Amino acid sequence: MMGQLVLEVKDLVTKFFTLEGVVHAVNGVSFDLEEGEALAIVGESGSGKSVTVMSILGLIPSPPGKVEGGHAYFTGRYGRCDLLKLTPAELRNVRGGQIGFVFQDPMCSLNPLLTVGEQISETLRKHLGISSGEAKKKTIKLLEQVGITDPKIRYNSYPHQFSGGMRQRVMIAIAIACNPAIIIADEPTTALDVTIQAQIIDLFQHLRNEIGLTVIWITHDLGVVAGLADRVLVMYGGRSVEIALVDDLYTRPQHPYTIGLLGAIARLDTRESKRLVSIEGVPPDMLIPITHCPFAPRCPYAFEHCWQEIPPSIEVGRQHWTSCFYDPNKRRPRDGYEQGTSTG
Amino acid sequence: MVMNKVLLRVENLKKYFPITGGLFGRRVGIVRAVDGISFDIKQGETLGLVGESGCGKSTTGRAILQLHKPSSGNVFFENVDLTKISMEEMRKLRPKMQMIFQDPYTSLNPRHSVGKIIAEPLVIHGVMNGQQLTNRVAQLLELVGMNPNFVRRFPHEFSGGQRQRIGIARALSLNPSFIVCDEPISSLDVSIQAQTVNLLQDLQEQLGLTYLFIAHDLSMVKHLSHHIAVMYLGKIVELTEKNDMFDNPLHPYSQSLISAVPIPDPKVERKRHRIILEGEIPSTVNPPKGCVFNTRCPLAIDICFEAPPEYREVQTEHFVACYRVESG
Repeated sequence: MMGQLVLEVKDLVTKFFTLEGVVHAVNGVSFDLEEGEALAIVGESGSGKSVTVMSILGLIPSPPGKVEGGHAYFTGRYGRCDLLKLTPAELRNVRGGQIGFVFQDPMCSLNPLLTVGEQISETLRKHLGISSGEAKKKTIKLLEQVGITDPKIRYNSYPHQFSGGMRQRVMIAIAIACNPAIIIADEPTTALDVTIQAQIIDLFQHLRNEIGLTVIWITHDLGVVAGLADRVLVMYGGRSVEIALVDDLYTRPQHPYTIGLLGAIARLDTRESKRLVSIEGVPPDMLIPITHCPFAPRCPYAFEHCWQEIPPSIEVGRQHWTSCFYDPNKRRPRDGYEQGTSTG
Repeated sequence: MVMNKVLLRVENLKKYFPITGGLFGRRVGIVRAVDGISFDIKQGETLGLVGESGCGKSTTGRAILQLHKPSSGNVFFENVDLTKISMEEMRKLRPKMQMIFQDPYTSLNPRHSVGKIIAEPLVIHGVMNGQQLTNRVAQLLELVGMNPNFVRRFPHEFSGGQRQRIGIARALSLNPSFIVCDEPISSLDVSIQAQTVNLLQDLQEQLGLTYLFIAHDLSMVKHLSHHIAVMYLGKIVELTEKNDMFDNPLHPYSQSLISAVPIPDPKVERKRHRIILEGEIPSTVNPPKGCVFNTRCPLAIDICFEAPPEYREVQTEHFVACYRVESG
């Protein structure tokens, strides 16, 4: 059964015009997001995962950046609209009000001169138009909801009095303050220690069950994705190379990049230490526009066709799309390349 | 299995940093970065040192190499106590112990060519010069899987993974037997991490290297190490063989740390039980009285708040510092 689509991104193209040349950061990315779903966008640095969501939110600094094409249809409280066509003022209403976001570094995202309480209630007053007394009450409730002890006292604390994990909790409180239709979390746990990461993931899961959050979670960590996402979009070289339900992606990865990536990570729950899959070469230089598969230079399966045109996204299973020319049934893996993928 | 000889023995190592303040720089406090740790590393093996930020794992690495003079304790390298010898004697031993750093961007001098960077240790120690030096640099570049023609290039021309290879080549230049790897892969992308880890493993096999591998990524540490030590607030809370650490963790902190690491398999993840620790790591300036973990420990009892638990061998080669673990 399909839930209602809250976001439909189609053929998004974003470029940065720099002194060194044009950086082709996002080259035609498309995906949908259903209500209540958690979509993970996975990729290495420079794959365009952050730029994709920044483009949707109108947060690309311009110049040098420019969203050159595509659509991002968002269905929020006030009907359907194309986020890429909104005026800056309209976008400001959407951001924070209908789409909340949590960034990687909570220290840089909070104002050090305002108490955390003020920063949360500011969002509430601005977007919901409620009185400051009411906003304070709601803020204290929110602080409690994200697991901050003594919320009444903590309301008056400044960000520097909080640890990294608590600051990230405050960011989450701001993000969920106005009951947004979508929360975008850009590497929210990358700067945190593993036990604190577990706390934040636990909080997100709890909030999803409690208030039915719809989440886009951007990360490079396939371990985090496994426990958190319903669907996964894998990006490489500014393009979507594979999108699948989480179980399918881990058990039947189709794109050679996904296969390599899953083999390149060590697992804690296996006894024998197999040699990690090494994806030879380096990620593509985004300054050079390409007319072939972005992964072809590193791909163990690449053949002539891969160098002639960019592979389109094809459906290989239920809700499973991949951009690769090679017929997976005929694939002859290089020794050991596919060892990392789980079976069954 | 042949028992290898112990290459490095650390005994009750402590490193305190003073906090100074006020007009005359008086000492107002002490950071107990490393607070009495002991372990051995056997020749040709890797000890993985894991812990969260601020637990003292990097300070441990530096104190072993005498980059931070230890406050007390002993470090025996091939039976020589590094804490007792003179600077000159230490200088003579340095070629045998090297370090690979976390950040390949700040650990290479941007104004030096790759050739100069890799040759520098050889020049400083007066090992070789001229054509011999040029050949050695080319050989080292090849050893770490890079094109020997890169010698005239500069660090900014390389990606993070390639720079880390340059750092590894530099560390290998003097034929060391022991290398401290201080989070060498944490700033790299996943696919590049795998390349680097494979390289470190190949080099260990080829050259018989001994590693102290410092990291916070438990999955990688397990993949690469023979033994694992878990640190918390300046102390080792548990040390054992790697599979034993994951099959049979005894310290409540190790247990929760292991349960917090995500496993890249959605089916496994759904069935897992996570021990979510309350709260955060206390400050090393003001560590809790008694066991350092008592503020977050789900099993803490009265005695845990009175005196620190003894670090003892509870099973063969399995060391734990916890009152709640029975000796067996």
